[in-house]
Amino acid sequence: MRFPVRFVALLLILAVVLYPLVWMVGTSLKSPSEIVNNIGLIPREFTPANFTDGWTKFDVSFGRFFLNSALVSLLTVAGNTISCLLAAYALGRLRFRLRGVWFAVMIGTLLLPGHVLIIPQYILFRSLGWVGGEWPYLPLLVPAFLATEAFFVFLIVQFMRGIPRELDEAAVIDGASAYSIFRHVILPLSRPALVTTAIFSFIWTWNDFFRQLVFLSELKDYTAPVALTLFIDSTSESAVGPMFAMSLLSLIPVFLFFVAFQRLLVEGINTSGLKG
Amino acid sequence: MTASTLTPAPVAPAAAQPGRRVRRRRENLAGYVFLSPWLLGLLGITAIPMLISLYLSFTDYSPLIPLTEANWIGLENYRRMFTADQSYWHAVQVTVTFALVAVPLKLAAALGVALLLNRTMRGISVFRGLFYLPSLLGGSVALAIVWVSMFNRDGAFNSFLALFGIEGLPWVNDPDWALSTLILLAVWQFGAPMVIFLAGLKQVPTELYEAASVDGASPWRKFVHITLPMLSPVIFFNLVLETINGFQGFTSAFVLSNGTGGPVDSTLMYTLNLYIAGFVDLNMGYASAMAWVFLLVIGAITVVLFSTGRFWVHYSDNEER
Repeated sequence: MRFPVRFVALLLILAVVLYPLVWMVGTSLKSPSEIVNNIGLIPREFTPANFTDGWTKFDVSFGRFFLNSALVSLLTVAGNTISCLLAAYALGRLRFRLRGVWFAVMIGTLLLPGHVLIIPQYILFRSLGWVGGEWPYLPLLVPAFLATEAFFVFLIVQFMRGIPRELDEAAVIDGASAYSIFRHVILPLSRPALVTTAIFSFIWTWNDFFRQLVFLSELKDYTAPVALTLFIDSTSESAVGPMFAMSLLSLIPVFLFFVAFQRLLVEGINTSGLKG
Repeated sequence: MTASTLTPAPVAPAAAQPGRRVRRRRENLAGYVFLSPWLLGLLGITAIPMLISLYLSFTDYSPLIPLTEANWIGLENYRRMFTADQSYWHAVQVTVTFALVAVPLKLAAALGVALLLNRTMRGISVFRGLFYLPSLLGGSVALAIVWVSMFNRDGAFNSFLALFGIEGLPWVNDPDWALSTLILLAVWQFGAPMVIFLAGLKQVPTELYEAASVDGASPWRKFVHITLPMLSPVIFFNLVLETINGFQGFTSAFVLSNGTGGPVDSTLMYTLNLYIAGFVDLNMGYASAMAWVFLLVIGAITVVLFSTGRFWVHYSDNEER
Protein backbone atom coordinates (compact mmCIF):
# COMPACT_ATOMS: atom_id res chain seq x y z
CA MET A 1 0.00 0.00 0.00
CA ARG A 2 1.34 3.42 -0.88
CA PHE A 3 2.37 5.68 1.93
CA PRO A 4 -0.39 8.35 1.81
CA VAL A 5 -3.14 5.70 1.51
CA ARG A 6 -1.72 3.84 4.47
CA PHE A 7 -1.42 7.02 6.50
CA VAL A 8 -4.98 8.15 5.74
CA ALA A 9 -6.31 4.67 6.59
CA LEU A 10 -4.52 4.77 9.93
CA LEU A 11 -5.86 8.24 10.68
CA LEU A 12 -9.42 7.14 9.94
CA ILE A 13 -9.15 4.09 12.18
CA LEU A 14 -7.61 6.24 14.89
CA ALA A 15 -10.50 8.70 14.68
CA VAL A 16 -13.02 5.87 15.19
CA VAL A 17 -10.98 4.41 18.06
CA LEU A 18 -10.56 7.71 19.88
CA TYR A 19 -14.10 8.97 19.25
CA PRO A 20 -15.65 7.43 22.41
CA LEU A 21 -12.97 9.02 24.59
CA VAL A 22 -13.35 12.47 23.05
CA TRP A 23 -17.13 12.13 23.26
CA MET A 24 -16.86 11.28 26.95
CA VAL A 25 -14.81 14.40 27.66
CA GLY A 26 -17.26 16.58 25.73
CA THR A 27 -20.35 15.10 27.36
CA SER A 28 -18.93 15.50 30.84
CA LEU A 29 -18.88 19.25 30.22
CA LYS A 30 -22.39 19.59 28.77
CA SER A 31 -25.50 20.77 30.59
CA PRO A 32 -28.43 18.30 30.82
CA SER A 33 -30.32 19.98 27.97
CA GLU A 34 -27.23 20.03 25.75
CA ILE A 35 -26.58 16.32 26.37
CA VAL A 36 -29.93 15.61 24.73
CA ASN A 37 -29.96 18.29 22.04
CA ASN A 38 -26.37 19.00 21.04
CA ILE A 39 -24.98 15.99 19.22
CA GLY A 40 -21.67 17.72 18.52
CA LEU A 41 -18.52 16.79 20.37
CA ILE A 42 -17.84 20.22 21.82
CA PRO A 43 -20.28 21.74 24.29
CA ARG A 44 -21.67 25.16 23.36
CA GLU A 45 -21.47 26.17 26.95
CA PHE A 46 -18.96 24.58 29.29
CA THR A 47 -20.70 23.24 32.41
CA PRO A 48 -18.19 22.40 35.15
CA ALA A 49 -21.16 21.88 37.49
CA ASN A 50 -21.22 18.21 36.46
CA PHE A 51 -17.98 17.70 38.33
CA THR A 52 -19.14 19.36 41.56
CA ASP A 53 -22.54 17.65 41.34
CA GLY A 54 -21.02 14.24 40.76
CA TRP A 55 -18.46 14.73 43.50
CA THR A 56 -21.18 15.22 46.13
CA LYS A 57 -23.92 13.13 44.57
CA PHE A 58 -23.90 10.38 47.20
CA ASP A 59 -23.75 10.45 51.00
CA VAL A 60 -20.03 9.83 50.80
CA SER A 61 -18.04 12.18 48.57
CA PHE A 62 -16.25 10.89 45.50
CA GLY A 63 -13.01 12.17 47.00
CA ARG A 64 -13.29 9.38 49.55
CA PHE A 65 -13.94 6.79 46.83
CA PHE A 66 -10.87 7.94 44.92
CA LEU A 67 -8.76 7.84 48.09
CA ASN A 68 -10.03 4.31 48.77
CA SER A 69 -9.09 3.26 45.24
CA ALA A 70 -5.67 4.84 45.60
CA LEU A 71 -5.09 3.10 48.94
CA VAL A 72 -6.10 -0.31 47.60
CA SER A 73 -4.10 0.14 44.39
CA LEU A 74 -0.90 1.38 46.02
CA LEU A 75 -0.90 -1.31 48.70
CA THR A 76 -1.59 -3.95 46.05
CA VAL A 77 1.40 -2.62 44.11
CA ALA A 78 3.57 -3.01 47.20
CA GLY A 79 2.22 -6.49 47.89
CA ASN A 80 2.59 -7.76 44.34
CA THR A 81 6.10 -6.44 43.74
CA ILE A 82 7.52 -7.67 47.04
CA SER A 83 5.87 -11.09 47.20
CA CYS A 84 6.19 -11.91 43.51
CA LEU A 85 9.86 -10.89 43.55
CA LEU A 86 10.57 -13.26 46.45
CA ALA A 87 8.75 -16.15 44.78
CA ALA A 88 10.41 -15.44 41.44
CA TYR A 89 13.88 -15.43 43.00
CA ALA A 90 13.26 -18.85 44.54
CA LEU A 91 11.72 -20.35 41.38
CA GLY A 92 14.10 -18.71 38.96
CA ARG A 93 17.49 -18.77 40.69
CA LEU A 94 17.67 -21.13 43.66
CA ARG A 95 18.08 -24.88 43.65
CA PHE A 96 15.89 -26.65 46.15
CA ARG A 97 13.85 -29.79 46.44
CA LEU A 98 10.60 -29.92 44.39
CA ARG A 99 11.41 -26.68 42.61
CA GLY A 100 10.24 -28.12 39.28
CA VAL A 101 6.94 -29.18 40.82
CA TRP A 102 6.29 -25.75 42.32
CA PHE A 103 7.20 -24.07 39.07
CA ALA A 104 4.71 -26.23 37.19
CA VAL A 105 2.03 -25.44 39.77
CA MET A 106 2.73 -21.73 39.36
CA ILE A 107 2.33 -22.03 35.59
CA GLY A 108 -0.90 -23.96 36.18
CA THR A 109 -2.36 -21.12 38.25
CA LEU A 110 -1.59 -18.64 35.44
CA LEU A 111 -4.70 -19.70 33.58
CA LEU A 112 -6.92 -20.25 36.61
CA PRO A 113 -9.94 -17.94 36.28
CA GLY A 114 -10.35 -15.77 39.38
CA HIS A 115 -14.12 -16.18 39.25
CA VAL A 116 -13.81 -19.84 40.17
CA LEU A 117 -12.37 -19.09 43.61
CA ILE A 118 -14.44 -16.07 44.54
CA ILE A 119 -17.15 -17.93 46.47
CA PRO A 120 -14.94 -20.02 48.77
CA GLN A 121 -12.67 -17.00 49.27
CA TYR A 122 -15.67 -14.93 50.24
CA ILE A 123 -16.76 -17.58 52.75
CA LEU A 124 -13.23 -17.87 54.12
CA PHE A 125 -12.64 -14.13 54.47
CA ARG A 126 -16.07 -13.58 55.95
CA SER A 127 -15.51 -16.26 58.57
CA LEU A 128 -12.27 -14.46 59.50
CA GLY A 129 -14.28 -11.27 59.96
CA TRP A 130 -12.51 -9.54 57.08
CA VAL A 131 -15.55 -8.70 54.93
CA GLY A 132 -17.04 -5.39 56.03
CA GLY A 133 -14.83 -5.50 59.10
CA GLU A 134 -12.56 -2.93 60.67
CA TRP A 135 -10.02 -3.46 57.86
CA PRO A 136 -12.32 -3.78 54.87
CA TYR A 137 -9.50 -4.10 52.35
CA LEU A 138 -7.88 -7.22 53.80
CA PRO A 139 -9.69 -9.53 51.32
CA LEU A 140 -8.28 -7.45 48.46
CA LEU A 141 -4.78 -6.99 49.87
CA VAL A 142 -3.83 -10.26 51.57
CA PRO A 143 -3.82 -12.22 48.28
CA ALA A 144 -1.53 -9.58 46.76
CA PHE A 145 0.98 -9.99 49.59
CA LEU A 146 0.91 -13.76 49.05
CA ALA A 147 1.99 -13.62 45.39
CA THR A 148 -1.28 -15.02 44.03
CA GLU A 149 -0.93 -13.01 40.80
CA ALA A 150 1.09 -15.66 38.99
CA PHE A 151 1.48 -13.44 35.94
CA PHE A 152 3.92 -11.25 37.80
CA VAL A 153 5.86 -14.18 39.26
CA PHE A 154 6.22 -15.50 35.73
CA LEU A 155 7.20 -12.08 34.37
CA ILE A 156 9.97 -11.63 36.94
CA VAL A 157 11.22 -15.22 36.54
CA GLN A 158 11.51 -14.64 32.79
CA PHE A 159 13.41 -11.44 33.40
CA MET A 160 15.78 -13.05 35.91
CA ARG A 161 16.69 -15.69 33.35
CA GLY A 162 18.47 -12.91 31.50
CA ILE A 163 20.72 -12.05 34.45
CA PRO A 164 24.03 -13.88 33.92
CA ARG A 165 24.50 -16.91 36.16
CA GLU A 166 28.21 -16.07 36.50
CA LEU A 167 27.28 -13.23 38.85
CA ASP A 168 25.70 -15.65 41.33
CA GLU A 169 28.53 -18.13 40.96
CA ALA A 170 31.15 -15.47 41.57
CA ALA A 171 29.27 -14.35 44.65
CA VAL A 172 29.03 -17.93 45.93
CA ILE A 173 32.80 -18.36 45.56
CA ASP A 174 33.18 -15.19 47.61
CA GLY A 175 31.11 -16.91 50.28
CA ALA A 176 27.87 -14.99 49.75
CA SER A 177 24.66 -16.61 50.96
CA ALA A 178 21.43 -16.85 48.95
CA TYR A 179 20.18 -13.87 50.93
CA SER A 180 23.08 -11.59 50.18
CA ILE A 181 23.04 -12.59 46.50
CA PHE A 182 19.39 -11.61 46.47
CA ARG A 183 20.09 -8.32 48.19
CA HIS A 184 23.21 -7.27 46.27
CA VAL A 185 22.94 -8.94 42.87
CA ILE A 186 19.39 -9.91 41.94
CA LEU A 187 17.39 -7.10 43.55
CA PRO A 188 19.27 -4.21 41.90
CA LEU A 189 19.37 -5.95 38.52
CA SER A 190 15.65 -6.81 38.57
CA ARG A 191 14.54 -3.20 38.76
CA PRO A 192 13.05 -3.04 35.22
CA ALA A 193 10.86 -6.11 35.83
CA LEU A 194 9.73 -4.67 39.16
CA VAL A 195 8.77 -1.36 37.57
CA THR A 196 6.70 -3.19 34.94
CA THR A 197 5.05 -5.27 37.68
CA ALA A 198 4.28 -2.16 39.71
CA ILE A 199 2.74 -0.25 36.80
CA PHE A 200 0.55 -3.12 35.61
CA SER A 201 -0.45 -3.90 39.20
CA PHE A 202 -1.61 -0.36 39.67
CA ILE A 203 -3.59 -0.17 36.44
CA TRP A 204 -5.23 -3.58 36.88
CA THR A 205 -6.20 -2.90 40.48
CA TRP A 206 -7.43 0.59 39.74
CA ASN A 207 -9.64 -0.83 36.95
CA ASP A 208 -10.65 -4.00 38.79
CA PHE A 209 -14.29 -4.34 39.56
CA PHE A 210 -15.32 -7.93 40.26
CA ARG A 211 -13.37 -8.50 43.49
CA GLN A 212 -14.08 -5.02 44.81
CA LEU A 213 -17.80 -5.48 44.11
CA VAL A 214 -17.86 -8.76 46.00
CA PHE A 215 -15.75 -7.83 49.01
CA LEU A 216 -16.78 -4.24 49.77
CA SER A 217 -20.08 -3.87 51.55
CA GLU A 218 -20.14 -0.40 53.17
CA LEU A 219 -20.63 2.75 51.12
CA LYS A 220 -17.75 4.52 52.87
CA ASP A 221 -15.36 1.71 51.86
CA TYR A 222 -16.38 1.69 48.19
CA THR A 223 -13.69 2.17 45.60
CA ALA A 224 -14.30 4.38 42.56
CA PRO A 225 -15.47 1.60 40.18
CA VAL A 226 -18.00 0.25 42.69
CA ALA A 227 -19.22 3.78 43.46
CA LEU A 228 -19.64 4.52 39.74
CA THR A 229 -22.19 1.71 39.44
CA LEU A 230 -24.41 3.66 41.84
CA PHE A 231 -25.01 6.10 38.99
CA ILE A 232 -26.49 3.34 36.84
CA ASP A 233 -29.41 2.99 39.25
CA SER A 234 -30.37 6.59 38.64
CA THR A 235 -30.11 7.09 34.91
CA SER A 236 -32.36 10.10 34.86
CA GLU A 237 -31.40 12.77 32.36
CA SER A 238 -29.83 14.98 35.04
CA ALA A 239 -27.47 12.22 36.25
CA VAL A 240 -25.74 11.61 32.92
CA GLY A 241 -23.46 14.66 33.13
CA PRO A 242 -22.20 13.94 36.68
CA MET A 243 -21.85 10.24 35.82
CA PHE A 244 -19.64 11.11 32.86
CA ALA A 245 -17.68 13.63 34.91
CA MET A 246 -16.85 11.07 37.60
CA SER A 247 -16.13 8.36 35.01
CA LEU A 248 -13.71 10.73 33.33
CA LEU A 249 -11.96 11.55 36.61
CA SER A 250 -11.61 7.85 37.40
CA LEU A 251 -9.78 7.24 34.13
CA ILE A 252 -7.25 10.03 34.65
CA PRO A 253 -4.72 8.09 36.81
CA VAL A 254 -4.52 5.28 34.24
CA PHE A 255 -4.23 7.85 31.47
CA LEU A 256 -1.35 9.59 33.27
CA PHE A 257 0.42 6.25 33.68
CA PHE A 258 -0.08 5.70 29.98
CA VAL A 259 1.45 9.07 29.13
CA ALA A 260 4.38 8.62 31.49
CA PHE A 261 5.23 4.99 30.79
CA GLN A 262 3.89 4.40 27.30
CA ARG A 263 7.04 2.79 25.97
CA LEU A 264 7.47 0.60 29.02
CA LEU A 265 3.85 -0.56 28.92
CA VAL A 266 3.99 -1.46 25.25
CA GLU A 267 7.31 -3.24 25.70
CA GLY A 268 6.04 -4.92 28.87
CA ILE A 269 3.22 -6.66 27.06
CA ASN A 270 5.60 -7.59 24.28
CA THR A 271 8.06 -9.45 26.40
CA SER A 272 5.61 -11.20 28.64
CA GLY A 273 2.29 -11.25 26.87
CA LEU A 274 0.66 -9.32 29.68
CA LYS A 275 -2.84 -8.15 29.01
CA GLY A 276 -3.64 -4.49 29.29
CA MET B 1 37.19 -23.45 65.89
CA THR B 2 40.59 -24.74 64.90
CA ALA B 3 41.66 -23.80 61.38
CA SER B 4 39.58 -20.68 61.11
CA THR B 5 40.93 -19.13 64.29
CA LEU B 6 44.50 -19.83 63.32
CA THR B 7 44.43 -18.51 59.75
CA PRO B 8 42.58 -15.53 58.25
CA ALA B 9 39.52 -16.53 56.32
CA PRO B 10 40.55 -15.42 52.80
CA VAL B 11 43.53 -17.70 52.62
CA ALA B 12 41.66 -20.64 54.04
CA PRO B 13 38.82 -21.29 51.59
CA ALA B 14 38.26 -24.75 52.98
CA ALA B 15 37.25 -23.31 56.31
CA ALA B 16 35.42 -20.21 55.07
CA GLN B 17 33.34 -22.21 52.67
CA PRO B 18 30.92 -24.72 54.03
CA GLY B 19 30.98 -28.15 52.47
CA ARG B 20 28.85 -29.01 49.47
CA ARG B 21 26.20 -30.82 51.48
CA VAL B 22 25.89 -27.98 53.94
CA ARG B 23 25.66 -25.50 51.13
CA ARG B 24 22.98 -27.50 49.40
CA ARG B 25 20.99 -27.78 52.59
CA ARG B 26 21.27 -24.03 53.09
CA GLU B 27 20.12 -23.31 49.55
CA ASN B 28 17.25 -25.72 50.05
CA LEU B 29 16.22 -23.81 53.14
CA ALA B 30 16.69 -20.43 51.43
CA GLY B 31 14.52 -21.62 48.54
CA TYR B 32 11.65 -22.38 50.87
CA VAL B 33 12.15 -19.15 52.84
CA PHE B 34 11.80 -17.08 49.67
CA LEU B 35 8.95 -19.23 48.41
CA SER B 36 7.00 -19.16 51.68
CA PRO B 37 4.62 -16.24 50.93
CA TRP B 38 3.72 -17.81 47.62
CA LEU B 39 3.28 -21.25 49.21
CA LEU B 40 1.02 -19.74 51.86
CA GLY B 41 -1.02 -18.05 49.15
CA LEU B 42 -1.18 -21.24 47.10
CA LEU B 43 -2.50 -23.10 50.09
CA GLY B 44 -4.82 -20.51 51.68
CA ILE B 45 -6.00 -18.45 48.74
CA THR B 46 -6.03 -21.06 45.97
CA ALA B 47 -5.85 -24.75 46.96
CA ILE B 48 -8.01 -24.85 50.10
CA PRO B 49 -10.69 -22.57 48.58
CA MET B 50 -10.76 -24.85 45.52
CA LEU B 51 -11.44 -27.84 47.74
CA ILE B 52 -14.07 -25.92 49.72
CA SER B 53 -15.68 -24.96 46.45
CA LEU B 54 -15.73 -28.56 45.27
CA TYR B 55 -17.37 -29.63 48.52
CA LEU B 56 -19.89 -26.77 48.38
CA SER B 57 -20.92 -27.76 44.87
CA PHE B 58 -22.51 -30.88 46.38
CA THR B 59 -24.41 -28.89 49.01
CA ASP B 60 -27.21 -26.33 49.23
CA TYR B 61 -25.00 -23.93 51.18
CA SER B 62 -26.17 -20.36 51.61
CA PRO B 63 -24.16 -17.67 53.45
CA LEU B 64 -27.09 -17.22 55.84
CA ILE B 65 -26.21 -20.47 57.64
CA PRO B 66 -22.88 -21.74 59.07
CA LEU B 67 -20.78 -23.85 56.73
CA THR B 68 -21.23 -26.91 58.94
CA GLU B 69 -25.01 -26.82 58.55
CA ALA B 70 -24.99 -27.05 54.79
CA ASN B 71 -26.92 -30.07 53.50
CA TRP B 72 -25.19 -32.63 51.30
CA ILE B 73 -27.41 -32.96 48.23
CA GLY B 74 -25.12 -35.02 46.01
CA LEU B 75 -25.26 -34.20 42.33
CA GLU B 76 -28.48 -32.21 42.61
CA ASN B 77 -26.80 -28.87 41.72
CA TYR B 78 -25.26 -30.40 38.62
CA ARG B 79 -28.53 -32.10 37.65
CA ARG B 80 -30.40 -28.83 37.99
CA MET B 81 -27.76 -26.96 36.01
CA PHE B 82 -27.76 -29.35 33.08
CA THR B 83 -31.42 -30.32 32.91
CA ALA B 84 -33.66 -27.83 34.69
CA ASP B 85 -32.12 -24.36 34.66
CA GLN B 86 -33.10 -22.47 31.53
CA SER B 87 -31.15 -19.35 32.36
CA TYR B 88 -27.98 -21.41 32.87
CA TRP B 89 -28.12 -22.56 29.26
CA HIS B 90 -28.94 -19.06 28.22
CA ALA B 91 -25.78 -17.88 29.94
CA VAL B 92 -23.72 -20.59 28.24
CA GLN B 93 -25.14 -19.56 24.88
CA VAL B 94 -24.47 -15.87 25.49
CA THR B 95 -20.90 -16.53 26.61
CA VAL B 96 -20.05 -18.84 23.71
CA THR B 97 -21.56 -16.38 21.22
CA PHE B 98 -19.59 -13.56 22.78
CA ALA B 99 -16.29 -15.45 22.63
CA LEU B 100 -16.84 -16.89 19.15
CA VAL B 101 -17.64 -13.49 17.65
CA ALA B 102 -15.54 -11.10 19.71
CA VAL B 103 -12.25 -13.02 19.69
CA PRO B 104 -11.89 -13.50 15.90
CA LEU B 105 -13.03 -9.91 15.22
CA LYS B 106 -10.63 -8.53 17.78
CA LEU B 107 -7.71 -10.56 16.44
CA ALA B 108 -8.56 -9.62 12.84
CA ALA B 109 -8.65 -5.93 13.78
CA ALA B 110 -5.39 -6.31 15.69
CA LEU B 111 -3.66 -8.05 12.79
CA GLY B 112 -5.03 -5.63 10.20
CA VAL B 113 -3.87 -2.53 12.04
CA ALA B 114 -0.55 -4.17 12.89
CA LEU B 115 0.04 -4.79 9.15
CA LEU B 116 -0.73 -1.12 8.44
CA LEU B 117 1.66 -0.04 11.18
CA ASN B 118 4.46 -2.41 10.18
CA ARG B 119 6.49 0.21 8.33
CA THR B 120 9.25 2.49 9.34
CA MET B 121 7.71 5.91 9.18
CA ARG B 122 7.53 8.91 11.43
CA GLY B 123 4.93 8.95 14.14
CA ILE B 124 4.51 5.18 14.18
CA SER B 125 5.04 4.95 17.92
CA VAL B 126 2.39 7.63 18.48
CA PHE B 127 -0.11 5.59 16.48
CA ARG B 128 0.91 2.42 18.27
CA GLY B 129 0.47 4.05 21.66
CA LEU B 130 -2.91 5.58 20.87
CA PHE B 131 -4.26 2.31 19.45
CA TYR B 132 -3.09 0.61 22.63
CA LEU B 133 -4.80 3.12 24.94
CA PRO B 134 -8.29 1.46 24.78
CA SER B 135 -6.77 -1.78 26.07
CA LEU B 136 -5.74 0.03 29.22
CA LEU B 137 -9.04 1.84 29.75
CA GLY B 138 -11.60 -0.49 28.21
CA GLY B 139 -11.97 -2.98 31.05
CA SER B 140 -13.04 -0.34 33.56
CA VAL B 141 -16.50 0.42 34.85
CA ALA B 142 -16.07 4.04 33.71
CA LEU B 143 -15.58 3.09 30.11
CA ALA B 144 -18.40 0.56 30.15
CA ILE B 145 -20.69 3.36 31.39
CA VAL B 146 -19.61 5.59 28.51
CA TRP B 147 -20.01 2.76 26.04
CA VAL B 148 -23.53 1.94 27.15
CA SER B 149 -24.52 5.61 26.96
CA MET B 150 -23.09 5.80 23.48
CA PHE B 151 -25.50 3.10 22.28
CA ASN B 152 -28.54 4.42 24.12
CA ARG B 153 -31.56 5.69 22.23
CA ASP B 154 -30.17 9.22 22.21
CA GLY B 155 -26.52 8.22 22.33
CA ALA B 156 -23.69 9.25 20.02
CA PHE B 157 -24.10 6.25 17.74
CA ASN B 158 -27.69 7.10 16.84
CA SER B 159 -26.72 10.74 16.33
CA PHE B 160 -24.15 9.50 13.84
CA LEU B 161 -26.74 7.34 12.05
CA ALA B 162 -29.08 10.32 11.95
CA LEU B 163 -26.57 12.13 9.75
CA PHE B 164 -27.43 9.57 7.07
CA GLY B 165 -31.14 9.74 7.78
CA ILE B 166 -31.15 6.35 9.52
CA GLU B 167 -33.26 6.05 12.60
CA GLY B 168 -31.37 4.05 15.21
CA LEU B 169 -32.59 1.66 17.85
CA PRO B 170 -32.12 1.78 21.62
CA TRP B 171 -29.36 -0.80 21.04
CA VAL B 172 -28.53 -1.56 24.66
CA ASN B 173 -32.20 -2.15 25.53
CA ASP B 174 -32.85 -4.41 22.58
CA PRO B 175 -32.35 -8.12 23.36
CA ASP B 176 -31.24 -8.72 19.77
CA TRP B 177 -28.54 -6.06 19.88
CA ALA B 178 -27.35 -5.60 23.46
CA LEU B 179 -24.68 -8.31 23.24
CA SER B 180 -23.38 -6.81 19.99
CA THR B 181 -22.56 -3.57 21.75
CA LEU B 182 -20.50 -5.55 24.29
CA ILE B 183 -18.74 -7.40 21.47
CA LEU B 184 -17.91 -4.06 19.91
CA LEU B 185 -16.47 -2.85 23.21
CA ALA B 186 -14.23 -5.92 23.32
CA VAL B 187 -13.11 -5.43 19.71
CA TRP B 188 -12.36 -1.77 20.45
CA GLN B 189 -9.63 -3.01 22.79
CA PHE B 190 -7.65 -4.61 19.95
CA GLY B 191 -4.49 -2.69 20.93
CA ALA B 192 -2.96 -5.30 23.25
CA PRO B 193 -2.91 -8.16 20.71
CA MET B 194 -1.93 -5.63 18.03
CA VAL B 195 1.25 -4.73 19.90
CA ILE B 196 2.11 -8.43 20.16
CA PHE B 197 1.43 -8.92 16.42
CA LEU B 198 3.68 -5.96 15.63
CA ALA B 199 6.53 -7.50 17.58
CA GLY B 200 5.94 -10.77 15.70
CA LEU B 201 5.95 -9.05 12.32
CA LYS B 202 9.34 -7.51 13.10
CA GLN B 203 10.74 -11.03 13.45
CA VAL B 204 9.79 -12.16 9.94
CA PRO B 205 13.02 -12.21 7.87
CA THR B 206 12.80 -9.68 5.01
CA GLU B 207 14.73 -12.07 2.73
CA LEU B 208 11.62 -14.23 2.50
CA TYR B 209 9.62 -11.36 1.02
CA GLU B 210 12.48 -10.40 -1.29
CA ALA B 211 12.76 -13.94 -2.60
CA ALA B 212 8.99 -14.08 -3.13
CA SER B 213 9.09 -10.77 -5.01
CA VAL B 214 11.78 -12.14 -7.31
CA ASP B 215 9.46 -15.06 -8.02
CA GLY B 216 6.71 -12.58 -8.84
CA ALA B 217 4.41 -13.36 -5.91
CA SER B 218 1.45 -11.02 -5.36
CA PRO B 219 1.06 -9.20 -2.00
CA TRP B 220 -1.82 -11.51 -1.15
CA ARG B 221 0.24 -14.64 -1.80
CA LYS B 222 3.06 -13.23 0.31
CA PHE B 223 0.61 -12.60 3.11
CA VAL B 224 -0.88 -16.10 2.96
CA HIS B 225 2.35 -18.02 2.37
CA ILE B 226 4.89 -16.01 4.35
CA THR B 227 3.27 -13.65 6.87
CA LEU B 228 0.59 -15.96 8.23
CA PRO B 229 2.80 -19.05 8.73
CA MET B 230 5.65 -17.00 10.20
CA LEU B 231 3.20 -15.26 12.51
CA SER B 232 1.34 -18.40 13.54
CA PRO B 233 3.02 -18.77 16.96
CA VAL B 234 1.98 -15.22 17.83
CA ILE B 235 -1.53 -15.76 16.45
CA PHE B 236 -1.77 -18.87 18.57
CA PHE B 237 -0.58 -17.05 21.68
CA ASN B 238 -3.11 -14.24 21.18
CA LEU B 239 -5.87 -16.72 20.42
CA VAL B 240 -5.34 -18.64 23.67
CA LEU B 241 -5.10 -15.48 25.75
CA GLU B 242 -8.09 -13.72 24.20
CA THR B 243 -10.30 -16.81 24.24
CA ILE B 244 -9.70 -17.40 27.93
CA ASN B 245 -10.31 -13.72 28.64
CA GLY B 246 -13.37 -13.68 26.40
CA PHE B 247 -15.07 -16.35 28.46
CA GLN B 248 -14.55 -14.31 31.61
CA GLY B 249 -16.15 -11.02 30.52
CA PHE B 250 -18.03 -9.55 33.45
CA THR B 251 -17.73 -5.79 33.94
CA SER B 252 -19.31 -4.55 30.72
CA ALA B 253 -22.23 -6.98 31.00
CA PHE B 254 -22.77 -5.97 34.62
CA VAL B 255 -22.80 -2.27 33.75
CA LEU B 256 -25.05 -2.63 30.70
CA SER B 257 -27.67 -4.65 32.55
CA ASN B 258 -27.20 -3.10 36.01
CA GLY B 259 -26.21 -6.54 37.26
CA THR B 260 -29.19 -8.47 35.91
CA GLY B 261 -27.91 -9.90 32.62
CA GLY B 262 -30.85 -8.30 30.80
CA PRO B 263 -32.55 -7.30 28.61
CA VAL B 264 -34.19 -10.77 28.60
CA ASP B 265 -30.94 -12.49 29.65
CA SER B 266 -29.27 -11.32 26.43
CA THR B 267 -26.09 -10.19 28.25
CA LEU B 268 -26.09 -12.90 30.90
CA MET B 269 -22.39 -13.78 30.68
CA TYR B 270 -21.37 -16.94 32.52
CA THR B 271 -19.49 -15.12 35.27
CA LEU B 272 -22.37 -12.68 35.75
CA ASN B 273 -24.77 -15.60 36.10
CA LEU B 274 -22.41 -17.13 38.67
CA TYR B 275 -22.28 -13.85 40.57
CA ILE B 276 -26.06 -13.58 40.61
CA ALA B 277 -26.46 -17.17 41.82
CA GLY B 278 -23.89 -16.74 44.60
CA PHE B 279 -24.25 -13.16 45.78
CA VAL B 280 -27.80 -12.13 44.81
CA ASP B 281 -29.76 -15.38 45.15
CA LEU B 282 -27.29 -16.44 47.90
CA ASN B 283 -27.22 -19.96 46.51
CA MET B 284 -23.50 -20.53 46.95
CA GLY B 285 -23.62 -24.29 46.60
CA TYR B 286 -25.16 -23.94 43.18
CA ALA B 287 -22.76 -21.15 42.22
CA SER B 288 -19.81 -23.34 43.24
CA ALA B 289 -21.04 -26.08 40.94
CA MET B 290 -21.18 -23.50 38.14
CA ALA B 291 -17.63 -22.42 38.99
CA TRP B 292 -16.32 -25.98 38.75
CA VAL B 293 -17.99 -26.64 35.42
CA PHE B 294 -16.52 -23.33 34.22
CA LEU B 295 -13.05 -24.34 35.36
CA LEU B 296 -13.28 -27.71 33.60
CA VAL B 297 -14.61 -26.16 30.39
CA ILE B 298 -11.87 -23.49 30.32
CA GLY B 299 -9.32 -26.24 30.95
CA ALA B 300 -10.78 -28.35 28.14
CA ILE B 301 -10.76 -25.41 25.73
CA THR B 302 -7.12 -24.71 26.53
CA VAL B 303 -6.23 -28.36 25.92
CA VAL B 304 -8.14 -28.37 22.62
CA LEU B 305 -6.47 -25.16 21.47
CA PHE B 306 -3.04 -26.53 22.30
CA SER B 307 -3.66 -29.88 20.60
CA THR B 308 -5.00 -28.30 17.40
CA GLY B 309 -2.15 -25.80 17.52
CA ARG B 310 0.25 -28.60 16.59
CA PHE B 311 -1.32 -28.74 13.14
CA TRP B 312 -1.20 -25.10 12.18
CA VAL B 313 1.36 -23.38 14.37
CA HIS B 314 4.67 -23.18 12.56
CA TYR B 315 7.83 -22.82 14.63
CA SER B 316 10.86 -21.88 12.58
CA ASP B 317 14.00 -23.86 13.31
CA ASN B 318 16.11 -21.07 14.69
CA GLU B 319 13.43 -20.07 17.15
CA GLU B 320 13.19 -21.57 20.59
CA ARG B 321 9.90 -23.23 21.31
